[in-house]
Amino acid sequence: MNTRRDFLKSSAVAGGGLLIAIQLPGCAPGPAPAAKAAALGNPTAPVQAGAWLRIGTDGGITFLVDKSEMGQGVYTSLTTLVAEELDVPAESIHFEAAPPGDVYVNGLLGGQITGGSTSVREGWDKIRKTGAEVRARLVQAAADHWKVDAATLRTENAAVLNSDGTRLTYGQLATAAAALPAPATVTPKAASAFTQVGKPMKRLDTPLKVNGTASYGIDQRFPNMLFGALAQSPVLGGNVKSFDDSSAKGMPGVQKILQTSTGVVVLADSWWQARKARDALDIQWDAGPNAQMSNASISAGLADALAKRSKDAKVARNEGDADAVLAKKKIEAVYEQPLLAHATLEPQNCTAVPDGDSMHIYAPTQVQQAAQGAVAKAAGIPLEKAFVHTTYLGGGFGRRLEVDFIPAAVEAAKAVNRPVKMLWTREDDTTHDYYRPPYRHRCSAALTSDGKLAAWKFEICGPSITSRWAPAAVEKQIDPFVLEAAENYPYDAENVHVSFLQHEIGINVGYMRSVSHATNCFAAECFMDELAYAAGKDPYEFRHAMLEKQTEPRWRQVLERAAARAGWGKAPAGRFQGIALMEGYDTYLSLVAEISLENGKVRVHKISGAVDLGQMVNPSIVDAQIRGGILFGLSTALWGDITIDKGVVQQKTFDTYRLVRMNEAPEVDVEIIASTAKPGGIGEPSVALVAPAICNAIYAATKRRVRSLPIAKHGFA
Amino acid sequence: MITLNVNGKAVEVDAAADTPLLWVLRDTLGLQGTKFGCGVGLCGACTVHLAGSPVRSCQTPVGVVGDNAITTVEGLSTDSSHPVQRAWLEIDVPQCGYCQSGQIMSAAALIANNKAPTNEDIDDAMKGNICRCGTYDRIRTAIKRAADLAGGAK
Repeated sequence: MNTRRDFLKSSAVAGGGLLIAIQLPGCAPGPAPAAKAAALGNPTAPVQAGAWLRIGTDGGITFLVDKSEMGQGVYTSLTTLVAEELDVPAESIHFEAAPPGDVYVNGLLGGQITGGSTSVREGWDKIRKTGAEVRARLVQAAADHWKVDAATLRTENAAVLNSDGTRLTYGQLATAAAALPAPATVTPKAASAFTQVGKPMKRLDTPLKVNGTASYGIDQRFPNMLFGALAQSPVLGGNVKSFDDSSAKGMPGVQKILQTSTGVVVLADSWWQARKARDALDIQWDAGPNAQMSNASISAGLADALAKRSKDAKVARNEGDADAVLAKKKIEAVYEQPLLAHATLEPQNCTAVPDGDSMHIYAPTQVQQAAQGAVAKAAGIPLEKAFVHTTYLGGGFGRRLEVDFIPAAVEAAKAVNRPVKMLWTREDDTTHDYYRPPYRHRCSAALTSDGKLAAWKFEICGPSITSRWAPAAVEKQIDPFVLEAAENYPYDAENVHVSFLQHEIGINVGYMRSVSHATNCFAAECFMDELAYAAGKDPYEFRHAMLEKQTEPRWRQVLERAAARAGWGKAPAGRFQGIALMEGYDTYLSLVAEISLENGKVRVHKISGAVDLGQMVNPSIVDAQIRGGILFGLSTALWGDITIDKGVVQQKTFDTYRLVRMNEAPEVDVEIIASTAKPGGIGEPSVALVAPAICNAIYAATKRRVRSLPIAKHGFA
Repeated sequence: MITLNVNGKAVEVDAAADTPLLWVLRDTLGLQGTKFGCGVGLCGACTVHLAGSPVRSCQTPVGVVGDNAITTVEGLSTDSSHPVQRAWLEIDVPQCGYCQSGQIMSAAALIANNKAPTNEDIDDAMKGNICRCGTYDRIRTAIKRAADLAGGAK
């Protein structure tokens, strides 16, 4: 008899991650909230690293989703992919978050990471193949049972059907199927056979999100749990020198005050008590190296680097001899962008639960393996004793690619040997982010006498986030996450030069939704607009003309369709348009902003455009992501600005770090172009085009060129 | 001890009078559908009904609540049958979902008093609720649908 362990072992060898684990009827899989405590006593029982699918003998199908659900709809889209191959309705599959495990490493990113708009792009082949392999085994098990050729059988609604009309359910076949070897080859369904993929199906998590039962990190509860509040250095990068807790320790509910590696923690019977006591602590801080830092000094550092060290820049693309052309005559402009905070609506938090020599965390994370490493390090235990349970994420946007909110919870839980829920305040969250780094772009170009592009030089200067994440990876090559929407410059120019000059700024910076697409697209697409005017051409016509030699037709197509959708050149009186074009995450898109100025302030009436992201899994989720990305881009374009004074972040909450509200949201009208091309990512790209489209519209309206963000800094918002 | 009327039931809680209602609901009573977003009344994630009106529970000290009826998302219906919840399901509004309890409570208060909200009515009622994922279009559509459903249910 095949034990589960043997099966896992053989499957891992044969199938690289195809697994069916057998569950007895009535053995509910997965850490539902009520089952968590039981799971703690037997942590290997509910979830085995390496498993993708479990089909119980009761027919229940459980899919372990390797990506975190942070609003982008992966629990639905990836479950739909596996459901399509299994011929079962997606809503009949029980889904749960996968634990840390090498089998879940994201093939596009090299770690178990939810980010980079990779979930569908990476899962498209992998998850469908997993489903197809499981289906093939179930069919083979039925064929063996009926002693017929598997090719004569079909599957429908969680059962294998014989040609004579008899059927065996997946539950009946699960044990036999699990004993079969992985099929040598499987072919996922052709697009023409899809019944669920490509349809605007309802999200599987919506029911939990309309009745308040979706369980986020902040909602974790355990018997005997204490609530924690953390005091972190107000100056970024500072440390605790000493603290006086004499006022705090006698306050109601306070159980323990301790110093951790990331600050001073107060543990109390309720979070409100912990937070009040935290605010009563008298802490002496060692401000550290950033005591004199300001956003002005950061900005000056970038300008200085670009002025004095441009010979250190690494060249990403070099065709012809841009410098030679530019030496004769050039148009030059410098673009600048500020630090930004992610501002997930759920503040950072982590619940740590000690269990003997093990430590469990329940946390909203985009990086299960890195989180596991952080737990092990903070608790001083081996990796295999560190368990990570991923909750729903109240927004991610790249903030939860970091694990800085984990150690204090783990250290505190270990110190008191009780569960601890550590929760940051909004102010903690805004002032202790891994901010989107500031960049400075020097853009230079030359035009021919007939108004075409002769040379394009695009110099990017700023931090490399990846040099912190994966220093070895960026030693040999340029950080790919600074070159997005820059290296793939699509326009016709014989002389093209794109480079990156690394300049670190001394504070933590991190990936944020759309990453360098947003920063590069702003500079490149605004500068293209400048060139259009310099050439005496319409900005749309100029771009279109400069795509003549472009061999990928999708560039021209989205540009044309966006212009058509927006009624380019036909804005009502008093309204002005600006356009931007980009490819990112294998998705091609163009957006047009339609604005007016009221008392000198920009009002964005409408964002129109066209998007070609290839094959879609769920058009309804795609539509939501495009709209959400546009509003994310709008908040940052208009107001997004983290400023620093003497090392302290000046914005604390939503009054000074503004986010778009309902009454400020423009109409969005975007055509999604039907396509069967390989799927592109959609969680992020639309973010990037909003600022350049609006700033180009501002120029059309005012002949004032906005070359730094946010727009509010220029008085327009 | 403070006696509260939460979702139609009288409950006794042991909390200081200045404790925000939000934390009494979440930590003392375990009603965690109501979320914490900012703690200063700027985001609306903590919206509940107090005597039928939407309030930010993070700005409502538990000591001032008295015997006014408190309704949280858990008390809106037992089976997601409230017109706003039905409309939210139909329009498939949420993304990350974190703000949605607050959005739903603001929307429910709106349609309770306004059978046919205009876009301006919706903006006024909803501008205190931030959705970082940007679901505003669907919220607007769903509120109109909920108003229809509520009208049809009479």
